[in-house]
Amino acid sequence: MTAVLVPLVVLLPMLGAATALILGRHRRAQMAVGISVLAAVTGIAAVLLVAVDTSGPAVVYLGAWDAPWGITLVVDRLSAIMLVISAIMLLVVLVYSVGQGIADRHRETPVSIFHPSYLILSAGVFNAFIAGDLFNLYVGFEILLAASYVLLTLGGTGERIRSGVTYIITSLVSSLFFLSAIALIYGATGTANIAQLSVRLAELPQDVQLILHLLLLVAFGIKAAVFPLSFWLPDSYPTAPAPVTAVFAGLLTKVGVYAIIRTETVLFTESDLSTLLIVIGGLTMLIGILGALTQADIKRLLSFTLVSHIGYMIFGIGLSSVIGLTATIYYVVHHITVQTALFLTTGLIERFGGATSITRLAGLAKASPLLAVLFFIPAMNLGGIPPFSGFLGKAGLFIAGAQGTTADASGPAGGGAPGPVWLIWVVIAAGAATSLITLYALTRFWNMAFWRGREELEGYESVLLGSVLEAPEGATVTATRTTPVLMVVATASLVAVTVCLTVFAGPLYDLAGRAAEGLSDPSVYVSIVFPEGVR
Amino acid sequence: MTASLTLVILMAVLFGAGISVMLERSLTRVLIGFLLVGNAVNILMYLMSGTPGLAPILGAGVDEGEISDPLPQAFVLTAIVINLGITAFMLALIYRSWWLAKLGAKGDLVDDEAELAEDAEETADLIRSSAADDEAIQSLIEASDEDPSTGSGQRLDEVDAGIDEEELEREASARDRDDEGSRP
Repeated sequence: MTAVLVPLVVLLPMLGAATALILGRHRRAQMAVGISVLAAVTGIAAVLLVAVDTSGPAVVYLGAWDAPWGITLVVDRLSAIMLVISAIMLLVVLVYSVGQGIADRHRETPVSIFHPSYLILSAGVFNAFIAGDLFNLYVGFEILLAASYVLLTLGGTGERIRSGVTYIITSLVSSLFFLSAIALIYGATGTANIAQLSVRLAELPQDVQLILHLLLLVAFGIKAAVFPLSFWLPDSYPTAPAPVTAVFAGLLTKVGVYAIIRTETVLFTESDLSTLLIVIGGLTMLIGILGALTQADIKRLLSFTLVSHIGYMIFGIGLSSVIGLTATIYYVVHHITVQTALFLTTGLIERFGGATSITRLAGLAKASPLLAVLFFIPAMNLGGIPPFSGFLGKAGLFIAGAQGTTADASGPAGGGAPGPVWLIWVVIAAGAATSLITLYALTRFWNMAFWRGREELEGYESVLLGSVLEAPEGATVTATRTTPVLMVVATASLVAVTVCLTVFAGPLYDLAGRAAEGLSDPSVYVSIVFPEGVR
Repeated sequence: MTASLTLVILMAVLFGAGISVMLERSLTRVLIGFLLVGNAVNILMYLMSGTPGLAPILGAGVDEGEISDPLPQAFVLTAIVINLGITAFMLALIYRSWWLAKLGAKGDLVDDEAELAEDAEETADLIRSSAADDEAIQSLIEASDEDPSTGSGQRLDEVDAGIDEEELEREASARDRDDEGSRP
């Protein structure tokens, strides 16, 4: 039963995309197709999660070709968790964009290509999560990247083309890295199947393993926007339409993080780069957040916090212990929802306040208390204020790090001991500092945009105002801006999901723990794909 | 595993040339570089399939050890298809970027002045075409002036001019309507 459901996760969005393309002239039908497909995938993903959690990973051999030759799809707990959270998020953002489209009468997204591209992006993301071999993972990446190129340059304005070029060239280079890595791995082992690689890569000489490992990490690191490879992100994300930025920020980098988790746990069981990962994680946190400090524009500010918080996940992976991975998985889920919620709220702020820069926003708390709440909850969550999931995830990571320094009994999952003790404490300190600076950056935005009175907006000069003053006869124009209900509902429901992550943190953390345990022993993964043993 | 030296050299040259072209500022060169490096990677993948052998079709009398590895070939085919799609998109992007660089944002708009100039030209054409009629009418009028017994010259002139003006007006209003319709 579950085996039938696995390919549907990719098939449905693909067929939906084709249908939406055919229905290009019927916008309502397109919306209906998009929303119903993603709702169906959300349901399937939830069923898969329950099934996988109770009865073990599901494996599908496409076309009945046996494992090392054919395309294998594997859904273990980690894949299922990622499927569920990304499907929920994609659905909510689609509802939001439909609301925006209706409100704008489709001026922002005037092309019929939005819905098909969006569904293809979803198919690529889902495919990457369930891929059982490296080449299929590559295809998943390419599907989602090709769709993201279209979405990022939607409308083809000069600004979007310029930022799109940066994004596209960077992604192309990372894809070339990934493909070269696959070629070399195939040359060294004669397979691209992840389960088989798990066994065969470990048999290679250490130096060969190191080269292959680094190649893959560079490819995934560019996609996940890890520190030295992250400079493309803040330049390319903020110019896209709000829903597109929300999806990119929330999801695309996490696909890279997911791939890094797989690389570290299943693929390279014998090669150990955890010290490097811990150092890089710390640097990503600090340098990303220092970038956020200097930004006045909320979209750019959030893009920098996005880079910085990827560092936490890399740190958690670098710890290579079960509790480290548990915290990482919980943190990934938390970060997908919170970051997306913040970008959606930013879209609302832009509509309501007419700007995204703190130099031009003021008095929003008084003008729209609902908007204030919708911004405040995820902002405090991201900053790591105690009751919220951001605090739980960060605390989990720090505890995992601290335990790694004292006890080796927890059993390193990646096969190697995490770096020197002082290094872990330094990175934990960096993480705490990053959390505080995130809080500072977001509170600054909150103070300026929400709490500051309108009359305090000093030195605000506008070309438009100047021309009003020059025309004394001109009547005052008052524009009434209504915030569309559908957009608010979508944002509010995502904020509700982030709150749920806090309220149901216990069971979710347990689930993440079971997923991490499954990852810590790659032989389980291997035996599921190859029930009769690997040759 | 044995590999063809020619292919290795070809791959190295493609990698080198591709990367150096990719570092240029022009987008078209970046695309050419991407194509070269992409093909270099494809050759790398093909090289990794090991010793070349027979076509990978299993049948009667074919030894499994003699055929070449089909999997990298399938990978290369997939990669070629993906590269094709990306190239098509890049070409569109480059064209768009060239368009914006050349004309700026106003490249998407029809210039008012150009439109006015076009209108003026159309009007001039109309005037020119009606000039022949005018001349004929003028000669008629002159003839009638010379011969007052006919007396129909004046009326003819009025009627003709009326038609011309009406036509011009109708055309102008049609053009306006078109313009409004084409604006989003």
